[in-house]
Order: sequence, then structure tokens, then C-alpha cells
Amino acid sequence: MPHIDTELERLKTKLLEMWDLVEYQLQSGREAMVNADVELAKLVIKRDRKVNQFDVKIDRMCENFFALFTPVAVDLRMVLAILKINANLERIGDTAEGIARFARKLEAPVDPALMEMTKVLPMYEEALAMFEDCRTAFKNNDPKLAKELIKRDKILNKIYRKSDTVVTKYMVQNPNKISEALALLSIIKKLERVGDQVTNIAEEVIFYREAKVVKHRSDKKKKKTPKDDKPGNTQ
Amino acid sequence: MSKKTNKLEAINLDAYYGDFHALKNINIGMEEKAVTAFIGPSGCGKSTFLRTFNRMNDYIDGFKVEGQILLDGKDIYQKNIRVDELRKEVGMVFQKPNPFPKSIFENVVYGLKIQGIKKKSVLEEAAETSLKRAALWDEVKDKLHKSALALSGGQQQRLCIARALAISPSVLLMDEPASALDPISTAKVEELIYELKTDYTIVIVTHNMQQAGRVSDHTAFFYMGELVEFNKTKTMFTSPKDERTQNYITGRFG
Repeated sequence: MPHIDTELERLKTKLLEMWDLVEYQLQSGREAMVNADVELAKLVIKRDRKVNQFDVKIDRMCENFFALFTPVAVDLRMVLAILKINANLERIGDTAEGIARFARKLEAPVDPALMEMTKVLPMYEEALAMFEDCRTAFKNNDPKLAKELIKRDKILNKIYRKSDTVVTKYMVQNPNKISEALALLSIIKKLERVGDQVTNIAEEVIFYREAKVVKHRSDKKKKKTPKDDKPGNTQ
Repeated sequence: MSKKTNKLEAINLDAYYGDFHALKNINIGMEEKAVTAFIGPSGCGKSTFLRTFNRMNDYIDGFKVEGQILLDGKDIYQKNIRVDELRKEVGMVFQKPNPFPKSIFENVVYGLKIQGIKKKSVLEEAAETSLKRAALWDEVKDKLHKSALALSGGQQQRLCIARALAISPSVLLMDEPASALDPISTAKVEELIYELKTDYTIVIVTHNMQQAGRVSDHTAFFYMGELVEFNKTKTMFTSPKDERTQNYITGRFG
């Protein structure tokens, strides 16, 4: 294997190791939240340091790679993608830590009724599934899978949009559980961000495989709605 | 700098061409089975320094060295050192491919024949091993007795590397080995250097900074006869300590 490929493989492997760790953090965060497991929550918080170490290490490896190999074309896109994926993984790691910090304060498991109403668990499942599929897309160089999973971000967004109303209603009915409900609301927001970050990662997979920039596409669509296209439509 | 043993070492080395002070108090150790690159602008002394390791400068009128060059801890400028023996240990590849006007086979076994080895089977085996090691075997195995001059530039350079390897040296000196080659041949030679370092200590002079980045473990930057900075290549290319190194590798120099 040419030297440059060996080094790229090393980078990729390191990133996948970090990916596994962050996935484990997300899963553990969920367990800690659902079971009000304070010890597990503390472990997740502590382990975030490891995620940060990966972040620094991968940044450094990319810097070295740029300096030593002056990559071009697909190699250049690959390292650029790894750099951005790394940053997103680190943020997702922070989210898992944030969830664990919430779980650490729990005295009893979150009210099942509240979890049911907000759909936080299915949302968590979907975020985790997207995260896992994204790893597969990256590992197998599969932009098709990446494109498909980007669409699934809508599921998370939908749950997030409804959460304000649902939680408000719950708080009105259970005024003694307002702080718990607010904390859960912030977790829902965090999970929505995970969806966005996984989307960012998937966009990087598409960028490096197909040399296409797909991010911010929805912005363009929004600007160019059919209404605006109508002749004679002046603002 | 490292726990590994130094194969080559320069201690308080000064070199002169007549009155010209070409190398000024150089102290450096080169790790065994690693690639060390020498970089620096033309006339900085890097080639002169490279050539002290196999005493190639001895032939130049008025050339003089002071200080020590150690190969495996032994000073190669001592009077009792036989230069021909030294060069069996320290092979060299030059900027321009320089095959002899002979067959490919004769080129590779040239050094062995000079040593008096005549047995055909030994020579054949050595030729095959060396050509394989130089990643040229598959391309030339069916035309070993054709003229080496009919090969492409890149193939000729790999042939010269095979010729250097045939005498089983432990050190390979390379003076801009890829500067006369096209990008594909350059990539092949660089790949070869990377593979060869598992068995050889390699010192390479290069004008191509990216090449130093790709192939070497350590890099030394020379300027006006001085060794300005010597460090891991990674460090040299990401955070050099000396401003002159920084200016040179970023192309802002002089």
C-alpha cells in the first residue's frame, strides 16, 4: 500500500475509534437518563475527557498530514472531511456528557408519562440509529446511505417542534415537576442538535466521495419558493 | 534526540574548499533504519555534507575536513580506513540516472564483479534480489541482457538503486534522486525509499520540500554551511523552531 494510503488509513481508523467511543457515550447517556443511574452518569462525564483527547489527536494528525503530504483531489477532500467530522463528533460527545449531567441530578427515573408524551425515547433511538448508519456510510464510502440518512433528520425535527407545547401542557398539569420537565426539554433540544451534527457529518461523506457540496441546500430552496417565482410578484 | 542508535554521526565537522568554509561545525546524528532528509537552498552545503559520508569529496582539490564522521561509531576519516571498503557499506545514488553503457544485468552485478565474484548463480541471484528490492524486476526480468540505456529515466534511476543495493550496503546516500524524473517515476522512487528504510539507513538531499515531507523521518535544514535546525520531519513541517527554517519551507526565503 502506498505510504500516503497507509497514513490515510491510520487517520480513518483513529476517527472510527472516536466514533465508537462517542456512540458508547450516547448509549450510556440514554441508559443513565432512563434508569436515573447516577454512577453511570458520572462515568459518562468522566469519559468525555477521552473524547476530547481523540479530538486533539485527530486534529494534530490532520495537521501533520497536510504538512507532510500536501494532499490534492480526493485525498485533500478526505482530510478536510475528517477534520470536520472530528469537530462534529466532539460536539456530539459533549451532548452525551450534557445528558449525563442531567441524569446525575435525577433522584428517580423521569416520569414515564412525560417520556411518552414528548417521544424523547424514540427520538433518542432515531438519533442513535442515524449516528450508527452515518458511521457505516463513512466506513464503506457510501454516499447513498449518507443521503438517505440526512432525510431522517426530519423525524427528529418534528418531535422537537412539538416538544414545547407538549412540555408546557405537562408542566401545567404537574407544577411540582417543572424542573424535570425543563431538563427533559433541554435534552430534546440536544438530540435535535445531534441530528444536525450527524447531518453535517453525512454531508462531509458526500463531499469527499462525490466532490459535491450539499450543505445549506435547504436554505436555497427556502429562498426560492414557487410563490416568489410567480411573474409579476414584486415585493 | 531519540533512543534509537545512530548509524551515522558528525561531530564538530568543518569542511573547506580551499579558503571557502563550506560546512561550519556540524553536529548531527542519523538514526539507523530511518530516512533523514537534508534541505536548504543551493550552495548551503547539504550535498557537500552528504558526500562526506562516503568520502566522495576526497577527489576534489583543496578539499579538507576537520572533526569526525562516525559510521557505527567508527571515524571514517581515520588513516586506517579503506575507502573501497567504506563504499561497500555506504552506497550512493545520484541526481541523474547514470547506468553504465552495458546490459541491465551487467549494471546490477558490476560492483560484485569488481569484488571478484564470478559464479554465475551467485550473480544471478544477487541481480534478481536487488532488482526486486528496487521494484524494477517485473519490468525488466525479460530483458535483463538488453542495454540499460534503453530504459526510461525512472527505470534507469531504479536500476542505479538496484546497483547500489547489490553490494549489500547498510547506508544509502541519495543526492536529489528524483529531481530529473517525471511525477510518476518520482512517486515510484519515493515509495521505494519508504520501503527500503526497513533495512537501510537512508540520507537524502532534496530540493523538493514536499518530498522531504513524504519520505523522511527526520529533516535537517542547512543554510550557508550551517546546520540551522534538525528535528523530526513532522515538527519541522508544522512548527519549526528557527525563523530561517520557517521562511525557507514556506517559500519566503531570500
